[in-house]
Amino acid sequence: MSGFLEIRGLSARLAGTGQRLLRAVDISLPAGSVRGLVGESGAGKSMIGKAVLGVLPKAVEIVEGEILLDGQDLLKVPPAERRRLIGAKAALIPQDPLTALNPSRRIGPQITDRLVDILGWEKARAASRALEVLAEVSIPEPERVMRLYPHELSGGMRQRILIASAFAAEPKLIVADEPTTALDVTVQKQILKLISALQARHGTALLFVTHDLGVVSKVCDTLSVLYAGKVVEDTTVERFFAAPQHPYSRALLAATPRHTDPAASLQPVPQAVIDAAMAEIAAADAAWSAHG
Amino acid sequence: MLDGRGLIRRRAGARLWLSGLWLTVFVLAAVLAPLISPQDPLAQDLMLERLPPAWVAGSEPGYWLGTDSLGRDVLSRIIYGAQVALAVALVAGLATCLIGSALGLVAGFYRGWADRIISRIVDIWMAFPPVLFAILLIAVLGTGLTSVILAIVIIDWTRFCRVVRAETLNQSKMDYVHSAKVAGFTRLRTLLSEILPNVLPVIVALLTLEMGIAVIVEAILSFVNLSISTDQPTWGGMIAEGRTSIHQAWWVLVFPLIALFFTVLSFAQFGEGLRERFDPVLR
Amino acid sequence: MADSIFQVSDLRVDVPDMTRKPLFGAAPRLEILKGISFEIPRGAVLGIVGGSGSGKTTLGRTLVRLVEPNAGRLLFDGRDIAHLSDAGMRPLRPRIQMIFQDPMSSLNPRLTVGRTIAAPLGAKVSDARVKAALEQVGLPADFAGRYPHELSGGQRQRVGIARAIAMRPDFILADEIVSGLDVSSQAQVLMLLEQLVADLGLTLVFISHDLSVIRRLCSRVIVLRAGEIVEDAATADLFERPRHAYTRELLDAIPIPDPSVRW
Repeated sequence: MSGFLEIRGLSARLAGTGQRLLRAVDISLPAGSVRGLVGESGAGKSMIGKAVLGVLPKAVEIVEGEILLDGQDLLKVPPAERRRLIGAKAALIPQDPLTALNPSRRIGPQITDRLVDILGWEKARAASRALEVLAEVSIPEPERVMRLYPHELSGGMRQRILIASAFAAEPKLIVADEPTTALDVTVQKQILKLISALQARHGTALLFVTHDLGVVSKVCDTLSVLYAGKVVEDTTVERFFAAPQHPYSRALLAATPRHTDPAASLQPVPQAVIDAAMAEIAAADAAWSAHG
Repeated sequence: MLDGRGLIRRRAGARLWLSGLWLTVFVLAAVLAPLISPQDPLAQDLMLERLPPAWVAGSEPGYWLGTDSLGRDVLSRIIYGAQVALAVALVAGLATCLIGSALGLVAGFYRGWADRIISRIVDIWMAFPPVLFAILLIAVLGTGLTSVILAIVIIDWTRFCRVVRAETLNQSKMDYVHSAKVAGFTRLRTLLSEILPNVLPVIVALLTLEMGIAVIVEAILSFVNLSISTDQPTWGGMIAEGRTSIHQAWWVLVFPLIALFFTVLSFAQFGEGLRERFDPVLR
Repeated sequence: MADSIFQVSDLRVDVPDMTRKPLFGAAPRLEILKGISFEIPRGAVLGIVGGSGSGKTTLGRTLVRLVEPNAGRLLFDGRDIAHLSDAGMRPLRPRIQMIFQDPMSSLNPRLTVGRTIAAPLGAKVSDARVKAALEQVGLPADFAGRYPHELSGGQRQRVGIARAIAMRPDFILADEIVSGLDVSSQAQVLMLLEQLVADLGLTLVFISHDLSVIRRLCSRVIVLRAGEIVEDAATADLFERPRHAYTRELLDAIPIPDPSVRW
């Protein structure tokens, strides 16, 4: 069965230096399911999300591979068509609620603009949809909040608004890029529960980029562990937390803090594991350049 | 990011070398003027008036860039004019930089009453239209090189003061400044050894920009005949004179203008190039 | 008495609230710390936990006197340092060190690692103490010649630690020092800190928003909310028998990396 989002053999590199950023990444995300992209900084997890949404920095060039969204290869359609496709079918929940909203514009238009300008909705319809989604993310007095400026709201409220905005156009896919990293742990719990509830209710496929394995265990169905731009493990959440297969995955899990078992958590990643992972990648690179 | 950095660095090389080359030529011309200028820059010869440059028909050997309406050699006058431009750029630029930066650092780091006094003075200063202010100052101080330099310093120190103060404020909020306090550094030492190195790139960029501006201001003052005595050729003075005979002898106007343009441009580019080459953070 | 390195009583910090300042007249005061009292025994590892806006960072910065309290007593080694001047604090500075949250902004970007560590000692980069400090935090000696931007996040934080321990302090404040790091470097930095505290007999205050990190490192925990202490307990007690509802809320909100644990 092929997923709503299928990434096949995606490789990317830095233009200029040629440094490899993504190494033949395969990811399959069926409609309505949640996949976590896990890894440390620089592993390429955010980059995959950006590639799916077509917002890679100019300096990153895709070398080969396919990104199939609803069966259509985003890398093969012209840019204008790609933007329309992505705008209609996918949305982003960004990381930082403080900078993701324009500080000098009211909340309302920041939600409706995308519906009107990109999807061509009528203004009245967009406005009523905005009210609907704001209510859905439990924002009190949505009419009043639509007229407020971002600085008049707390970080948690802003993140709710960004979630509402992401769900407004009823996308089939949402990329959430570390959506709770900037929030307090109590607010994080509320926000994650909210995202999960909305995702389940709307049957949205969710690509969840995070560095936090704790969050993955609560939110995701499947996960891909990334190291240096390569998927080192692709498995279900149950199997992963019961018995991670790749040595790097095991080390990552052991390094994650766990207050219920302090002695077994926060174990530094052994250098041997890192060396082995690097060797594995070097070998894959060598094989790749030999056949290419 | 990395790639962008790589790109910038490649350009920085050319930028630094080209502007450095022009500034070297400029400094050498100013210093060696008596040795290298082909003619006496003040010698008038009505027989030789408005000779075109060497590659145009009707030119005279030894007058590479032609002569003006009094028969004075344009090239020699540009070379001697570099002396004034260099003196103004160096002295006025450095003095403006020192005064403005020192006040900016003090205001931005110590805050309090020092900041209030300095900032109010800057606000008042900025309210004067600079060109009128300069003309007024020269009228009071009298014409001459010293007056020109003094006028530039008096007017332009606020440019340094404002920018350096803002940057110092920014840097003062960084944790490395708090960490210097935790380490037990005195305030003065924190200012000089922690903040100054981080504000220095801005100061250098401003300094080179200011040197260019000083050259322009001197040219403007010469243009309105308020700079230095007519015995000393200046680029502004040449431009002013050339303007009257633009239709008969374009070269009298165009060559000093080119010299002025490249010098001002090179100063700014040189500053930017220095920063890209030597700032450890950009590297 | 004598075995407490810090004794804090009724500590208050407030700042003018510029967002509600009237056009004329003084701005109303915003209370950050509302009368806080606790003691830090010598050799303890005390965790201070709280959400954003709880005042934990301000409390830390008041302890090391980057912030002057508005009221209350702050005894360091029996001496009230609450209102000491910069000059009065200076002799005490080497004994009270701090490691900052963001190692990028807390290291001077235009100084090499060696100079950063050497300067507070009044020493040269070639000084043996610089090399020793680097060694203690597990960095090779040739890192002395590097600039902060040439290091990884974990390495930068090690430099921050090296700078603090090179002064041979009695007390170190660590303010969210691992929150910007990847889990693998987080674990390494914490292990390092744990070991240094034991080896050097330091007293440590570890500020964090993350209770699971605190559990590993600290012997006692203070839970702060909105400028007040809601719970002050031994670590094991706090995690096993949290008394205050807010503490329970904090504990419940932690996503334990195990899908079988209900959340």
